Amino acid sequence: MKRTIKYEADRVKGFGREVMSVPGCEELENCIQCGTCSGVCPLSIYMDHSPRQIMALTRSDFKNEVLTSHTIWLCASCYACSVECPREIRITDIMYELKQRAIHEGIYPRRFPIPVLAKEFSKMAHDLGRVTENFLVVKLFLKTNWMAAIGMWRLGLNLIRTGRFSLKRESIQRRGELAKMLESVENEKETA
Amino acid sequence: MKYAYFPGCSLKGMGRAYEESLLPVMKKLGVEFNELEDWNCCGATAYMAVDEVKACVLASRNLAIAERAGNKEMVAPCSACYLVLNKAKHYFNESPIMAGKVKRALKTADMEYSGDVDIRHPLDILTNDIGIDEIKKHVTHPLKGLKVATYYGCQIVRPYSTFDDQNNPQTMDRLIEALGAEVVHYPLKTKCCGGSLTGTLPEAGLRLCYILLNEAIKQGADVIATVCPLCQFNLDAYHDKIKAQWGPARIPVVYFSQLMGLAYGMSEKKVGLQRNIVKADLRPKAAAAA
Ligand code: SF4
Ligand code: SF4
Repeated sequence: MKRTIKYEADRVKGFGREVMSVPGCEELENCIQCGTCSGVCPLSIYMDHSPRQIMALTRSDFKNEVLTSHTIWLCASCYACSVECPREIRITDIMYELKQRAIHEGIYPRRFPIPVLAKEFSKMAHDLGRVTENFLVVKLFLKTNWMAAIGMWRLGLNLIRTGRFSLKRESIQRRGELAKMLESVENEKETA
Repeated sequence: MKYAYFPGCSLKGMGRAYEESLLPVMKKLGVEFNELEDWNCCGATAYMAVDEVKACVLASRNLAIAERAGNKEMVAPCSACYLVLNKAKHYFNESPIMAGKVKRALKTADMEYSGDVDIRHPLDILTNDIGIDEIKKHVTHPLKGLKVATYYGCQIVRPYSTFDDQNNPQTMDRLIEALGAEVVHYPLKTKCCGGSLTGTLPEAGLRLCYILLNEAIKQGADVIATVCPLCQFNLDAYHDKIKAQWGPARIPVVYFSQLMGLAYGMSEKKVGLQRNIVKADLRPKAAAAA
């Protein structure tokens, strides 16, 4: 069981404000803690903090609890919560914002496959401009749990049998163009 | 009718049966889909989690290419692409800060996007631009007797419900009925399939798949019709694992466009049905009842 007592001293003051200043996350301010989001979330039973708790913890500056939580990575971006929230809080987008912060600060659970997938996916899209799913899956397993990959052999065979396995990696033609654009985003960040 | 066509990575990979069935069906209906030149990955949900600005730039490069070629509308059949492209467009039009960042990034490659190109879903085009009557007209092999659970999944109706209801979407239901099939009551039609969690955290992801499959069986469906390559993959590919953990829940899962192809007299091979892992023998069912 995780510690449930929260100490004032654990707060990282300003964290909530910072998140709520991001475009799309402003409405968090108005959360009434009704719990609708946790109720509709198909994954809340697997989460260490429910979506409602994440909203409360974020707003009250419990940065470490939030960023190390598995919840943000379990969010499958199904948008059920965002659509149902009576205060029109874009919960899914807040989850995205928190994921970005966790990656940026390097405090996500290391061998937990979900953030690793997000990173590897982005890397492939970044470098090649396209993603070839089976190559991505192989990389994911190598990085997290190669034993699990062995358990997947049947699925692999099924995909080959039905012609859904790609033998070559897809790529766009003007890779340089894309690289330039993404680089400029990076540069802008540094100067900001 | 002419649209720019953004296939996305999945329709060229694991979800190629979607493209294989959608393109001939559209052709039959006299609609032109022109594949976007040198399109790139939309970024999907994964890139959004790593870097939102870059994700928007990635998506916007596609919109810029579409705009440069003089397109007003672009069709994105994959639910994730549809959502991400729409989201980038929303951000672009609603947040001047984001728009500025995206514009400056595009400029480094002499590209421009003004926020104009509309992103459309095939279901939207089929039911609103083409119309159910026209769709019906081309049916030569009605799918009589086939019971279909229509599964929309999450990302085409949420959060931007541009063409259908968020909780009880109807476009695919009307489409499937126009093909002569019967649509069964399927209350989970917009529930989440688990997305990439089926691979990363199987006990959570696959449980959602099991529930979706089992509900369809309990409602008497012969087949589940989907609109998304990830939904199709999740519901089709993991039956061994699902069975081992919760018991059998075997039911074929196909793209709505494959059902359209069959109703238009195309062969199973032509619409890519041989790519299903759970074999879908749909014709005999339809024929036996006829
Ligand atoms: S549904 Fe909205 S208002 Fe209710 S707890 Fe969740 S975020 Fe807060
Ligand atoms: S978007 Fe994420 S948090 Fe919201 S209901 Fe879906 S999985 Fe749960």
